[in-house]
Amino acid sequence: MDGLAHQIVAGIATGGIYAAVSLALVMIYQATHHVNFAQGEMATLSTFIAWSMIEAGIPYWVAFFATIAISFVIGAAVERLLMRPVQNAPVLTHVGVFIGLLLIVGNATGWIFGYTTKLFPTPFESDKPLLGGLVSAHELGSTAVTLAVLSLVYLFFRHTRLGLAMRAAAYNPRSARLVGIRVGWMLALGWGLAAAIGAVAGMMVAPVVFLDPTMMLGILLYAFAGALLGGIDNPSGAVIGGFAVGVLENLAGAYVVGTELKLTVALAIIIGVLVVKPSGLFGRVVMSRV
Amino acid sequence: MRLNRRALLLGTAGSLALPQLAPAQEAPGVTATEIRIGSTNALSGPASAYSVITKGLAAMFRRVNDQGGIAGRQINFIAYDDGYQPPRTLEQTRRLVEQDRVAFLFNQLGTPTNSAIHRYVNQRKIPHLFLATGADKWANPREYPWTIGWQPSYRTEAQIYAKYLLEQKPNTKLGLLYQNDDFGKDYVNGVRDVLGPRFDAMVKLASHEATDPTIDSQIVSLQAAGCDALICGIIPRFAAQAIRRVFDIGWKPMMFMTNVSVSVGTVMQPAGLEKGVGLLTSDYRKDQSDPAWADDPGMKEWRDFMRRYVPDGELGDNNYTYAYGVGSTMLQVLKQCGNDFSRENVMRQATNIAPMDIATLLPGVKVQSQPRNYNVIRQMQLQRWNGRAWERFGGVIEGANV
Repeated sequence: MDGLAHQIVAGIATGGIYAAVSLALVMIYQATHHVNFAQGEMATLSTFIAWSMIEAGIPYWVAFFATIAISFVIGAAVERLLMRPVQNAPVLTHVGVFIGLLLIVGNATGWIFGYTTKLFPTPFESDKPLLGGLVSAHELGSTAVTLAVLSLVYLFFRHTRLGLAMRAAAYNPRSARLVGIRVGWMLALGWGLAAAIGAVAGMMVAPVVFLDPTMMLGILLYAFAGALLGGIDNPSGAVIGGFAVGVLENLAGAYVVGTELKLTVALAIIIGVLVVKPSGLFGRVVMSRV
Repeated sequence: MRLNRRALLLGTAGSLALPQLAPAQEAPGVTATEIRIGSTNALSGPASAYSVITKGLAAMFRRVNDQGGIAGRQINFIAYDDGYQPPRTLEQTRRLVEQDRVAFLFNQLGTPTNSAIHRYVNQRKIPHLFLATGADKWANPREYPWTIGWQPSYRTEAQIYAKYLLEQKPNTKLGLLYQNDDFGKDYVNGVRDVLGPRFDAMVKLASHEATDPTIDSQIVSLQAAGCDALICGIIPRFAAQAIRRVFDIGWKPMMFMTNVSVSVGTVMQPAGLEKGVGLLTSDYRKDQSDPAWADDPGMKEWRDFMRRYVPDGELGDNNYTYAYGVGSTMLQVLKQCGNDFSRENVMRQATNIAPMDIATLLPGVKVQSQPRNYNVIRQMQLQRWNGRAWERFGGVIEGANV
């Protein structure tokens, strides 16, 4: 029984990581109706930027917010420079650009910062292990940060004009343009916000999994499963989905399928959700008149 | 047919161009004045930290050439970059064999890269000597008689840990955490070699994929299973995670870490220097930063070599002590060859090395080979992390004879 409780707590801790990245995936989906495969690599690059600033002696929180700002600019720039020219191209072209970005950003990060594992500091230090060492102060702190980002995202989309405009631009670009929304800039803004949230996720993940250029590779898959499980268009659903995947994966790995098939659990969740309930547990079923 | 014609044309062109030379050579890659040796390494890309091995080896052959060469012949060492990509390794190896016509291949780097050429070199019967990888599969003389490794295999390493563990805790319950691939499974095999029929009762296995974000769940499972010892065959990022997590949950197993994941900079520091106190691993080389070797004749010989032939080399990089060790082994084989550098004889000598000491290896660790046993280095010494450095202890331990 003790083992079971420990597996669940450890799962929630790992789930917090997935939740943060799921949220970034939902963000870009909200804004552009695409899933950016390079999201993880862009977040890793942001984390390296934060790491260099901290190494250079800049205080953690200054580096934290500076990185968010820089990432926002990079994200918006990617949309303006790379996505804009293929705006009206078929979806496959977009997928091609995403994969290209994944390779370019990933390899550039390795080339600039090297492939050795690095320690990334956490602002949530504690000397005493909590809950028998299963949860560190950092994991509690980063979960709090994820939830804080989630509420900001919720407030932004629900209660600001800009958020409404962004949703409109993503949902129906033509009508949005007709009522005076600058759709192009809304897309750039969406990319910027997604990159900023990705940066937060990266900085929260790195102290747990250690920083190297491939840090996000595995996480992105689980995060995608989490986002789909909760509903790809629902930020809170994605966060709950992320936690659920963390716990499910641990329980299945420890008691049902064995550790060799842990990764398969994430894939099974993705396929299961797409087949049974494509909108996810908390997603809305969207119908459009053609 | 095409190949035959090409070979014929090349041969004809060769004989026209060099009419004054002695009749057709007896051995490929060997002339009266030269022996050509080929190699590949990751001179660029993510694994390029290993490129200094090639630099060290080239310097060693330069020294031999300065001293008059081997049996009156100069060594021509040709090393190409494969960027640690198996398809390029195959391409460059074919270039070495088919265009440069090297006598044999030496110290190619990496497990996936060497796997890509394993069949090719064995079909063509080209000596594929002293590879820079610790996989166990290179010691398989029955199926792959032309391939031989050098450093202790991961499997030998696991045997050594299991032997020591049984000595200390005869009734242990052992947790075995391994990456689910050839590298990790070598540790499972090594422990099984030592425990034999008791393996299933004494060992709890937990694997992980290289893509897993964390290994927390596996560690929790092993602790819950009541293990009091832990052997880890995992890469550096997970090693740092494992050391930290085991400490944080207050579990105190006798913990062994694969010696590829014990670097102070990339594992112990990220994990937290204090959290790893008591961790065990092993080595077969002398650590050049250890003051015990300050006046050691072997290490003096190495430092002297570095000063004269690799003056810009980073003395703290243990890839240079590795290169010196494997290079010395190669030179010993060439000396044993006498005046016959045919591929058959090179392979015969490489697999008949009488136990010998090497300047940069720990005292008691021998280099040796027999036609039936291709594990060139079979011994290691354990070391323990004291919070600041690795401390050697006990004697040299030999792997199980299987």
